[in-house]
Amino acid sequence: MCARDPAQNPIAMNETGLRSWTDRLFDFVPQVVALFGALLVGAIMLLLIGVNPWEAYRAAFTGVFGSKNGLSDMLVKATPLLLVALGTCIAFRANVINIGAEGQLIMGALATTWLAVEMGSAAPAWLLILLCMLIGFVAGGAWGAIPGYLKARLGVNEILSTVMLNQIAIQLGFFLLRGVMMDPAERAAGTNLPHSARLPAVADLPRFTDIAKSLGFTQTAKQLGLDGMTAEFYGLFAEPTRLHLGLIFAIIAAIVVYILLWRTTVGYRIRAVGFNPAAARYAGFRVRAYVVLALTLSGALAGLAGAVEILGLHHRMFEPTSVSAGYGFSGIVVALFGRLHPLGAIPSALLFGALLVGGDKMQRAMQIPQPLVTALLGLVVLFVVSADYWTKKRATRIHVKREPTPAGTSASAGAAAD
Amino acid sequence: MADSGLLPSGQKRIDSLAVRGIVKRFPGVLANDRVDFDVKSGEIHALLGENGAGKSTLMKILYGLYQPDAGEILLNGQPIEIRSPGDSMRYGIGMIHQHFMLVDNLTVTENVALGLRSTRAPMLDLEVVEARIRTLTERYQLQVDPKAIVGRLAVGQQQRVEIIKALYRGGALLVLDEPTAVLTPQEVAELFAIMRQMAREGHALVFISHKLHEVLDVTDRVTVLRNGAVVGNVATKATTRRELAQLMVGRPVTFARPERPEINGRVRLRVAGASAFNERGQRLLDDVTLEVHAGEIVGVAGVSGNGQRALAEAIAGLQPLRSGTIVLDDRTITEASASDRIGMGIGYIPEERMHDGVVKDFSVSDNLILRDLPSAHVARNGFLRFKSVAERSRKLISDFQVKTPSLETPIKNLSGGNIQKVIMARELSLKPRLLVAAQPTRGVDVGASEYIHDRLMEQRAAGTAILLISEDLDEIMQMADRIAVMYEGRIMDIVPHAEATLEKLGLLMAGVVPDASDVEAVPA
Repeated sequence: MCARDPAQNPIAMNETGLRSWTDRLFDFVPQVVALFGALLVGAIMLLLIGVNPWEAYRAAFTGVFGSKNGLSDMLVKATPLLLVALGTCIAFRANVINIGAEGQLIMGALATTWLAVEMGSAAPAWLLILLCMLIGFVAGGAWGAIPGYLKARLGVNEILSTVMLNQIAIQLGFFLLRGVMMDPAERAAGTNLPHSARLPAVADLPRFTDIAKSLGFTQTAKQLGLDGMTAEFYGLFAEPTRLHLGLIFAIIAAIVVYILLWRTTVGYRIRAVGFNPAAARYAGFRVRAYVVLALTLSGALAGLAGAVEILGLHHRMFEPTSVSAGYGFSGIVVALFGRLHPLGAIPSALLFGALLVGGDKMQRAMQIPQPLVTALLGLVVLFVVSADYWTKKRATRIHVKREPTPAGTSASAGAAAD
Repeated sequence: MADSGLLPSGQKRIDSLAVRGIVKRFPGVLANDRVDFDVKSGEIHALLGENGAGKSTLMKILYGLYQPDAGEILLNGQPIEIRSPGDSMRYGIGMIHQHFMLVDNLTVTENVALGLRSTRAPMLDLEVVEARIRTLTERYQLQVDPKAIVGRLAVGQQQRVEIIKALYRGGALLVLDEPTAVLTPQEVAELFAIMRQMAREGHALVFISHKLHEVLDVTDRVTVLRNGAVVGNVATKATTRRELAQLMVGRPVTFARPERPEINGRVRLRVAGASAFNERGQRLLDDVTLEVHAGEIVGVAGVSGNGQRALAEAIAGLQPLRSGTIVLDDRTITEASASDRIGMGIGYIPEERMHDGVVKDFSVSDNLILRDLPSAHVARNGFLRFKSVAERSRKLISDFQVKTPSLETPIKNLSGGNIQKVIMARELSLKPRLLVAAQPTRGVDVGASEYIHDRLMEQRAAGTAILLISEDLDEIMQMADRIAVMYEGRIMDIVPHAEATLEKLGLLMAGVVPDASDVEAVPA
């Protein structure tokens, strides 16, 4: 699957005998079919509880694409999903599985909150934000390095250790939020909710609205005489929404991860270690070090997601599981749907952002029980992951058909004929 | 016995098995092209051909693993269909696979009983099985103790267990797929004696091989396959090695030892007193001392698994030593890392080409830089230089005659010979001062083999020190200036080419230091 990836072999572009872009586009057909298959099964479930699926899906669709708030919420949710997915890409490419993004995200959020509250308004906004994101990145990375080290040194299965570290991060978060990090106001009022103090306002990531304002977009869509969809899009910038700069950072991160994996020797080694550790060892790579590195980077990106959530959206730390909000797990699916490619993760994150917001809107509009919405999203995941099988199968077929066979021995048939 | 149509094993004899006009297509390849082939009771029939000639496909059809696209199979003149290995077994066809299908920690009897219905189900009937094994081993002179643990038997004996299994299951026609690949010359002689005995008892045997002298030794008839088609069917007595080689390859082949100038290079590699152990504490290398001079090819002979791999890896920096030293030119490199050793000019062609030598899912061009990342023409400041890499790759591919659709083709889609050429190109492009080549031509067709040998001779002439590790004694005899024989991690002896004979090497490979009487006792 990954081998035919055009981006993996950038020299590919100007070689002959390669697959056309339409061919590659077809790779996504099974995924899209799977998506619709999941919605179809979901429709049956909706029918069974007496809800008109057509109306439910329409409510979901208009909920996302019918209002500027819906659109902005989709993008706001896509942001942490994308960052987590990027981390997942790196880990998967090194053939390690990081299920610990939840914990890493929480550690990033905690560290960011702590630094911002401690520093207060001592530093200029840009420096404070930069430092906060950096510490979130480092904290998540450290939380990822632990299972990495355990795997490399002691052979501890990283799936188990990352899952366990999720629990530890959650409880550590509660411990801190009920202790040293608790908002003094909560303590004074005696309510003792596990919240941190609000971060200093200078640490707030600029929202698109604010940027638009400072650039002079002060007129609303109505004043401009725009209607419909155009107005909504314009409104994203000109009218107040929660959309913040984190989205841009996440997209930049996607490009950086792409460059790292396919344009640098470090990325080459990570992928070589992932595909074939024996050959990587033979090539003189320090295989264990690259396993640790991959898990560290993976954790760091999840930590960055936590930092961005705090700085851009919540502006304070509260219940760890509410901050991570399952992004650590959904992000894995986003990465898989994006075919473990950093750039593929971008549309994939948008789609899953839409699904999350749509599910939410559908639940409210149609009075559907929340567990059913969760089940629907689960169905999508199940179908999409299964669809990969068909994509792979097709890839094999194409190869066998396309590759000329030098001297009667080539392709998969070479092995078969022997 | 012949009248009853029964074999000593109690199985009905197969008077003849014939395939007529078998065609089998795989996408892009015609693996079997109207193949006719037949074997009779009492006959040992060789199926000879290069890798990829279609031998295994034909056998898999007989074993029920593949269905032919056209053609028919006749058993004693009656058409039959073989849809599964179960069918095949019921018809009396038995397979001796190249890789043994045995459970190491069970006894011979338990291995034979495995998968068979017990006569006393649900209880085991191991005594019954054992008794039958004893009758079979006596009848066919297969000396094996039914109570022995399979993992403790020598490779040659394990192979006999496979033969017993096939006989026990009613094999009247036995297919032996490259059975000699893992044996010492002495074990080969014993196997051949067993094969002749089985033929005398009325079995039909198919012997698959690409080793000409073995085919000439043991078989009655030879069918030669090339590119999926039968190109010859001759009586063994009426043919010669040269004729068979020409049929197999499609052009005349020379077996001559290449001309070589005398070496007078200085010592390039010195391994002294090297010992190594694996994680389980098993000894891999036992006080190995070896020198290779510049411009010299030192062959390392030995049966697989006697420390050759550990020796290669120790030199390449992948196997730490517990004691001993490794010196390259005048520099001690015992502690140097694998990547440092690449930089010092140690090239290494690993024996497990697909497992160690390449990243299968990487492109040809990505595989060409696998061991060359620190070079300035591959990367600058940590960023890969695609243009420079592509140019270099294109040149290497044309220099080394690699047949590939493009630079971007995943290397797993290339044939074995072409993959080996890519590895060769990569290692030689590093301009090695020392080249460790492990099984460089295993599983590679004759054409690519010759090419690889030519390149090795070129390197030798250019003053590279070469350590050639091979299980193919013909290759060692043809290429090496001196021959080291390894047995259980030790170097038994290092023999100059002029003094080396197959018998002498064979005994050393079996761990025996030969004296004059031993050498005479073993037939050539």
